[in-house]
Amino acid sequence: MTQKSASAPPILEVRDIGKTYSSIIALSNVSTSVGVGEVLCVLGDNGAGKSTFIKILAGAHQHTEGSLLTYGVERSFSNPREALNDGIATVYQDLAVVPLMSVWRNFFLGSEITKGRGPLRRLDVKTMRATSKSELAKMGIDLRDVDQPIGTLSGGERQSVAIARAVYFGAKVVILDEPTSALGVKQAGVVLKYIAQARDRGLGVVFITHNPQHAYLVGDRFLLLKRGTSLGNFRKDEITIAEMTRLMAGGAELEELAHELERPGVPTSARDRKPQRTASGH
Amino acid sequence: MTLNTATAVTDERLKKTSLAITLLRRPEVGAAVAAVAILVFFSVGTRAFLTPPGISTWLYSSSLYGIMAVAVAMLMIGGEFDLSAGVMTGTTGLIVGVTTTQWGVNIWLAMVLALAIALAVGAGNGYVVMKTGLPSFIVTLATFFILQGINLAVTKIITGTVQVEGLAAVPGFDVAKLIFGSSFPFFGMTVKISIVWWIVATAVATWILLRTKRGNWIFAVGGQATSSREAGVPVRKVKIGLFMTTSGAGWLVGMLQLFDVSTVQATTGVGQEFIYIICAVVGGCLLTGGYGSAVGAAIGALIYGMALQGIVFAQWDNNWLKAFLGGLLLLAVLVNLYIGKRAGARE
Repeated sequence: MTQKSASAPPILEVRDIGKTYSSIIALSNVSTSVGVGEVLCVLGDNGAGKSTFIKILAGAHQHTEGSLLTYGVERSFSNPREALNDGIATVYQDLAVVPLMSVWRNFFLGSEITKGRGPLRRLDVKTMRATSKSELAKMGIDLRDVDQPIGTLSGGERQSVAIARAVYFGAKVVILDEPTSALGVKQAGVVLKYIAQARDRGLGVVFITHNPQHAYLVGDRFLLLKRGTSLGNFRKDEITIAEMTRLMAGGAELEELAHELERPGVPTSARDRKPQRTASGH
Repeated sequence: MTLNTATAVTDERLKKTSLAITLLRRPEVGAAVAAVAILVFFSVGTRAFLTPPGISTWLYSSSLYGIMAVAVAMLMIGGEFDLSAGVMTGTTGLIVGVTTTQWGVNIWLAMVLALAIALAVGAGNGYVVMKTGLPSFIVTLATFFILQGINLAVTKIITGTVQVEGLAAVPGFDVAKLIFGSSFPFFGMTVKISIVWWIVATAVATWILLRTKRGNWIFAVGGQATSSREAGVPVRKVKIGLFMTTSGAGWLVGMLQLFDVSTVQATTGVGQEFIYIICAVVGGCLLTGGYGSAVGAAIGALIYGMALQGIVFAQWDNNWLKAFLGGLLLLAVLVNLYIGKRAGARE
């Protein structure tokens, strides 16, 4: 797979990209790419620059340094619509769904199919119902009733409806903003399954998360962000989950924290172990 | 094996619940049940209620409230309120009345002018709400007081009284009355034309809400404005359009009242705005937006019209109507809350 994406230009690539808001450097020197059937995981703690990174990819913000390429051609999106036209769809945490509306109405919201002319122009309910049902089935979601309000679906299912919608409307790359963060273990698993499904259908997936466990399960490539800079862009065979967790959490900082949180009355043997590990980590 | 059986049972139960919910999901069901109950109650309790003249009377009452309630329901589904809707029926009537009787303006021109002003006020309401992000409750409350004041003060300045009379002598009145103030016999009843307008308004609103793109957008902007914007729905346009629809409906009802009695009071419509909202809520609209129906609002208005006239026929003290209305509203809100919990959003 790595071979294939090396020969053809990746769907989406950034080179030394950066963003400055007046005097604040929100992101700098980030390089990575996502190809056909690949999952790029973007990991980082709060404030690491993940949201700035998504906003640049989604076209909500323009980058101020470096370059952004789609299919090897340099681009700069001035609004989300342009990014969408290039096949880059973003599924935000609120999923852009209206809970009280039915699944099929949500699926086609803003891009409704109509038939007829003039005052008789009306929604093609039958087609939209059937299409949303079959598109969801392709993602492995079998809904008995696409008329049920989308708010009655589970968090994982709603997430996958949003993904299916993006795919149906021509997305080549789907950017998922923390799709598993608000979910329980089981629901997160459901979403990960759909990410794999989207990947297998030849899509590029950019999966933003702060959970290395989730990322490692589906990711092909990992971009680690910290304080607005890249800690590295790794292929799966170049990094272990332990290493990733340590880098993300800021290894040394965590150990320092562990030190601070230590109980004053703990036996010396336990206290001895920690400095040792710190030493080996450095 | 055990696991499979368990799953099958759960699925079956789910299916059953979803059937019950399918029925509950219709916003107008509760109101329809209540309407039948009230119809039976007054039909049994009073002699005049179910006679042709009786029916014409309560249908006429319902129709004027119904047209407004349908428009207000659409606005409420879109997540907004309009407290100036009632007084708008007075403003538009007064514009036509004053300009034609006092200044000799052509009646059709006066009507177009009144419509244009109504739509402009509606657009103004919508624009301020969308631009500032203030609750529409406050913005339209201001509009309500401004219009109420203008209606009285300007009418007094121009006519010296607080009502406009003599419209019947204006050229073109007869034709306009045919459209807005006539009536025709139907199965022994004298059906006022406003009832036809009411039915047409309900049908058109239902069509728009359930079968057009705009309707989809109305539900969406009321249900979750941010998500709608992300999905590409022009939220501001939709909401401003809804405010204009409401004030446009105010114009229609203003004309219907004006040509029915050919006089107009400067206080017309004051205090009616809450009745429209109550009718819409009784008809299944959620106060939080995103849910409701035009048919439901029409039924809500029917309930109000029946109670209004039924209490008169029963020769009770008129004030019972207010108590009834309050009780009905509370009941409707409780039913809506229950439905919302059962079939609605699980955030």
